[in-house]
Amino acid sequence: MSTPTLTRPKAQQVERPTTTHRSTGWKKLGWVLFFLLPSAIPLFVFTLVPMVSSLWVSLHKWNLISPMQWVGLDNYTNLLTDPMTRRVFLHTLIYVAGYLPLVYAGGLGLALVLNQRLKGRAFLRATYFLPVVTSWVVVALVWKWLLNPANGLVNQVLGFFGVPGPGWWTDPHWALPAVILSSAWKDLGFVMVILLAGLQAIPSDVREAALVDGANAWQRFWRITLPLLSPSTFFVVVISLINGFQVFDQVYVMTGGGPSGSSQVVVGQIYDLTFRYGRAGEASALSWILFAVILVITAFQIRGQRRWVHYA
Amino acid sequence: MRLLKFAAVSALSLTAALALTACGQGSATKEAAAPDGKSVVRYMNFSSNDGHEKDLTAIVNAFQTANPDITVQVETVPYADYFTKLQTAVAGGTAADAFELNYENFVTYASNGSLAELKNVDSSTYKKTLYDAFNSGGKQYGVPESFSNVVLFYNKAMFKQAGVAEPTADWTWKDEQAAAAKLTNKATKTWGDYQPVSYNEFYKVLAQNGGEFLNADRTEATFNSPQGVEAAKFLVGKVGKTMPTEADGAGTPDFDSKLFKSGKLAMWHTGIWMFSALDGVKFDWDVVVEPGNTQKASAMFANGLVVNAASKNADAAQKWITYLASSDETTKTRLASSWELPPVADETKLKSYLDQPKPANREAVFTALEAPVLPPVIERQQEMQDAVTQELTAAAAGRKTVEKALADAQSKVNGLLKK
Repeated sequence: MSTPTLTRPKAQQVERPTTTHRSTGWKKLGWVLFFLLPSAIPLFVFTLVPMVSSLWVSLHKWNLISPMQWVGLDNYTNLLTDPMTRRVFLHTLIYVAGYLPLVYAGGLGLALVLNQRLKGRAFLRATYFLPVVTSWVVVALVWKWLLNPANGLVNQVLGFFGVPGPGWWTDPHWALPAVILSSAWKDLGFVMVILLAGLQAIPSDVREAALVDGANAWQRFWRITLPLLSPSTFFVVVISLINGFQVFDQVYVMTGGGPSGSSQVVVGQIYDLTFRYGRAGEASALSWILFAVILVITAFQIRGQRRWVHYA
Repeated sequence: MRLLKFAAVSALSLTAALALTACGQGSATKEAAAPDGKSVVRYMNFSSNDGHEKDLTAIVNAFQTANPDITVQVETVPYADYFTKLQTAVAGGTAADAFELNYENFVTYASNGSLAELKNVDSSTYKKTLYDAFNSGGKQYGVPESFSNVVLFYNKAMFKQAGVAEPTADWTWKDEQAAAAKLTNKATKTWGDYQPVSYNEFYKVLAQNGGEFLNADRTEATFNSPQGVEAAKFLVGKVGKTMPTEADGAGTPDFDSKLFKSGKLAMWHTGIWMFSALDGVKFDWDVVVEPGNTQKASAMFANGLVVNAASKNADAAQKWITYLASSDETTKTRLASSWELPPVADETKLKSYLDQPKPANREAVFTALEAPVLPPVIERQQEMQDAVTQELTAAAAGRKTVEKALADAQSKVNGLLKK
């Protein structure tokens, strides 16, 4: 049995009867589909089917148990007039607005430092990346302890310097910042790795030319490094925004959306609507509203990238 | 030739994929293979969690000895996660054959068609009011399993040390407040009182103040009344004065029981299911009927047992739940371990409950039953409970006035009643 391959030059070497031109094409397609199966089946079963069915569910009143009742677009109109929807979107926006600059600035700083020839650089890179591959539940529980208002490490350290620590997840004003802080900490390594790759892709001759022309370090950073890093920045911003709008695990574990709903986010509300309140129809509708919001924001970003993203 | 092979390989992998997903399904339902001629009844519960697991096992063993052809598989879930898990399991068709429901959630489940009607139950063994609570639309969907109530626990040593007179059955809110103030010492982190700011406590203090939560035909919320405001102020006013705040850790799991056990809490409003958890504490403690304001009212909770409408072993499941609810073995185990009380009609069977040494004033449990208040129940129960708790918490943290919080809570609950 000779293994069929997909690369053109080799395929031409394989003797093939000139009459079966079409069937070879189909055969190739067959193999392509076959090799796609391992990812296509889960994608179909666990993503596409649930997506389409959630659109169907969003047009019904359904408590998960009794038969569904058709309500048309009622779920959407109810949600759009419900002050709760505005609140959870506002909290999610605050989260994104706090999280994105923090994680980007932190990740960039780390990438710049760890791009230098430092002793133990590989070890440091791995260390900063460790939280990225750690389970969110574990990270959130650890942060919940660290930020414990009464005897958490953070407030004890603050107290040592005479700063009264806030109530963190027990205080409605501090619950979201607590979540933002821990999320930025966890994702720092991810941003660092992407930007590090971006930094290393910047050709050294550009920088050397600038050096010869007498540009100082600050100028080199602003005029050379940052613009040439923009494709990586663009990728990080798009991915972080999408992930940011879908924030859930850390909120669920750290605050449960509280105190009194002050840190409830969109996906948390979707979860509560379905599994606490048995309102799967409205939850599905809210999922689609969230999808639309993310889609619009991402589309704007992709349109806007022409203005500031430079592909070298 | 090759095409054929390709087709064969794809067909094979597809079968493998299907088989894999089928396995996943199978393990989710946990349908263990039963030995020949035996049926397996899966039973999910919350009430044995955290301290009474071995008592439930004893009842299961006794049942299995009496019914050798039935095996009971117990699944115990903490109360906080129980109803989320149950709803998902029922929706996914993987719910146990029999499960526990509290009275508040029974209404929701009975009306959504997920419970099997029980046939030929001997109702005479149960206390009638409790038996009727698990009837919906003339059909019996469950049997009462147990009931319990809430009393005031107090640390005798702390009262003695502070020279404060111990609580009596005649106490009112004022007496409680005064004693709590004397017993609180924030410097040493000792607190006079603990009563969660929540739906469950609010409807009770409302009743203690002569207010009504819902109107008679349950179509409208009526708790935003002068009595309601006064009751909410009583509850909310404790926070930070005589009772720890959220920032002190209040509201997190086991916070209150640890505080009481460590001897840093003088008075504690909690359920009689905590009796056995206090075995072995170093100080002397006792219980008393909760203080009222214009009248006495004590929260009473009832748990029931139901059979899943989708169960294939409905008969065996019903046999198990009636045994668990009313057999003498169960009654004996419940009383001996100071678990929740058995719902038996014959009250002489409850006598042995009073024979146990601690707490000394066990009579209070029965005295409290003379003026019971049941949780107000609507179809969208969980949302109502969350809404009321959330508004009261906001008032407790000083983000809203009590008046505003109650008005907001009432309009939210009315919204839930309309939909």
